[in-house]
Amino acid sequence: MEVKSNITISDISTLKKDIKKERRQLLVKRFLSNKSVVMGSVTLLLLGLFALIAPLVSQFSPLELDPANRLLKPSSDHLFGTDNFGRDLFSRVAHGAQVSLGVGISVSILTGIIGTVVGLYAAYYSILDHILMRISDALMAFPDILLAVAIMAVLGPQPMNVVIAVTLAKIPVVARIVRSSALVVKEQTYIEALKAQGAGSLRIIWKHILPNTVSPLIVQISYVFAIAIILEASLSFLGAGIPAPDPSWGNILYDGKIVIYNAWWMTVFPGAFIIFAVLGLNLFGDGLRDLLDPHSNKSIK
Amino acid sequence: MKAYIMKRLLSMIPVLLIVAVFVFFLIHLIPGDPASVILGPDATPAEVAHLQNELGLNLPIYEQFFHWFTGVIQGDLGTSVYMNMPVLKAFIEHIGPTLSLAILAQGISILIAIPIGVIAARRRGTNIDSVFMILAMLGMSIPSFLLALLLMLVFGVHLNWLPVAGYQSLSAGLWNFAKYLILPAISLGAIQAAVISRMTRSSMIDILSMNYIKTAKAKGVKQRAVIYKHAFRNSLIPILTILGETFGSLITGAVVTETVFNLPGIGQLVINAITRRDYAVIQGTILLVAATYLVLNLIIDLMYGVVDPRVRLNRK
Repeated sequence: MEVKSNITISDISTLKKDIKKERRQLLVKRFLSNKSVVMGSVTLLLLGLFALIAPLVSQFSPLELDPANRLLKPSSDHLFGTDNFGRDLFSRVAHGAQVSLGVGISVSILTGIIGTVVGLYAAYYSILDHILMRISDALMAFPDILLAVAIMAVLGPQPMNVVIAVTLAKIPVVARIVRSSALVVKEQTYIEALKAQGAGSLRIIWKHILPNTVSPLIVQISYVFAIAIILEASLSFLGAGIPAPDPSWGNILYDGKIVIYNAWWMTVFPGAFIIFAVLGLNLFGDGLRDLLDPHSNKSIK
Repeated sequence: MKAYIMKRLLSMIPVLLIVAVFVFFLIHLIPGDPASVILGPDATPAEVAHLQNELGLNLPIYEQFFHWFTGVIQGDLGTSVYMNMPVLKAFIEHIGPTLSLAILAQGISILIAIPIGVIAARRRGTNIDSVFMILAMLGMSIPSFLLALLLMLVFGVHLNWLPVAGYQSLSAGLWNFAKYLILPAISLGAIQAAVISRMTRSSMIDILSMNYIKTAKAKGVKQRAVIYKHAFRNSLIPILTILGETFGSLITGAVVTETVFNLPGIGQLVINAITRRDYAVIQGTILLVAATYLVLNLIIDLMYGVVDPRVRLNRK
């Protein structure tokens, strides 16, 4: 008896493994046939490599002042030219990439985790829902940037505080996405069946509802990443973000605006990197949405 | 209908209440004391203490909140300690540039985006469609302040066609008014246009595949009439939603864009107020902006009924 059931279980498990393998292959195929995702991933990969390698390759320090060589045009020596303090712009943009991407990644992870917890519990407990959703309404009624500037004024200009400010501004968006898909799942018969069997809320929420909210969450996170980069750049541009002299794409643009009549390169190069990063993330997110959500796929056709 | 509007207006109260509480306590957490900021570094401690007393800053924070909040309920948003004028007046003085900018940007974006979206949907899968959608993708990926800087670089600095900073009100003549706003409005409108054109396209595609469109075509209704009378009107609902949702990003963008072009709008008002620790101005302005946002969303919801009678019937 026991032996027999063992055999079936192992049979089933090999069968399951096969199906899983096939599914994975199918997913890879679909992934590669989606132009947006591929282009987005390549862009992000290149950018990531740039952020990792360029600061090591660059022969100038991003902070070294050289007043004799102020505002030099791009040349073979200074690939992107020099800024109003004679610092090498290539090196500053490269170090800025680390800062901007670092802020983006941290914000994505934090909003992802906190937004998921808030969204799931709001969907599961309706009393909590009323409270949390009113708070998120209120947070969303603030324009992002004003909220972030106000928080920065409280916390002081520090990279870590930029992450906190942007995260706070973006949690409601993620929480709402998770909540709306969790609400749909919650009404399914199998959740009712689980409850009838006496499953605890912890198990239902984390084991049965969470997996069904993952794909919209991932898509949303890629957009949050993009917005985080824009917000960081905006904050630093306003002088409320990454403090000088540390480079970030935003505060290079700020320096660049002062000398916009003399040095186009200080606006164009950091600007191009911001566009490149945001474009990559948007392409990736759009493609991923089509890949994961069959409904929107239909409308694209 | 009236009951619905009342219900919606009432549901704004808790949201605004949370905004009020949140903004008040957040602002009061900002280190630095308004009295010493106003008086400058040379003030003696006694002078600072005197002004603090006058401004009510030495009261416990909950009393300060209570004081401010009773004023707000009675329509008094407080007085700017720095500019020495009522917050409402400061707000009204600064709303002109921001509103002109936002309306112009929204107008430009709608004018560009809706035709592009409709054409892309009609010619779906063709090169025109791809070009439009690549442009839209690019438009979505340029933060408005960056586009502002780039436009400034090209049209202001190199071509010298338009001024790079400043503002003149409408009373200075239409061209003088417009020339300062064109670049900011384009840079702010571009991202809107990108979002709206994508939405228009996908909404039109959904509608164009419906049976009643096929019926209309089969009956021999002209192509143009099918697109504009049968399909377009029905695809407006999601477009309207996007217009409401993007208003927030319009304001967000306006704050930074105003800074780029030195426009004396709401963005400058708040940012200056934050650096000056002008509590009343920050609180009042953010509250008013939040209220505007909520009212605008209500108006959009009401417009659904205008565009689509089915929504009107369901709501009863």
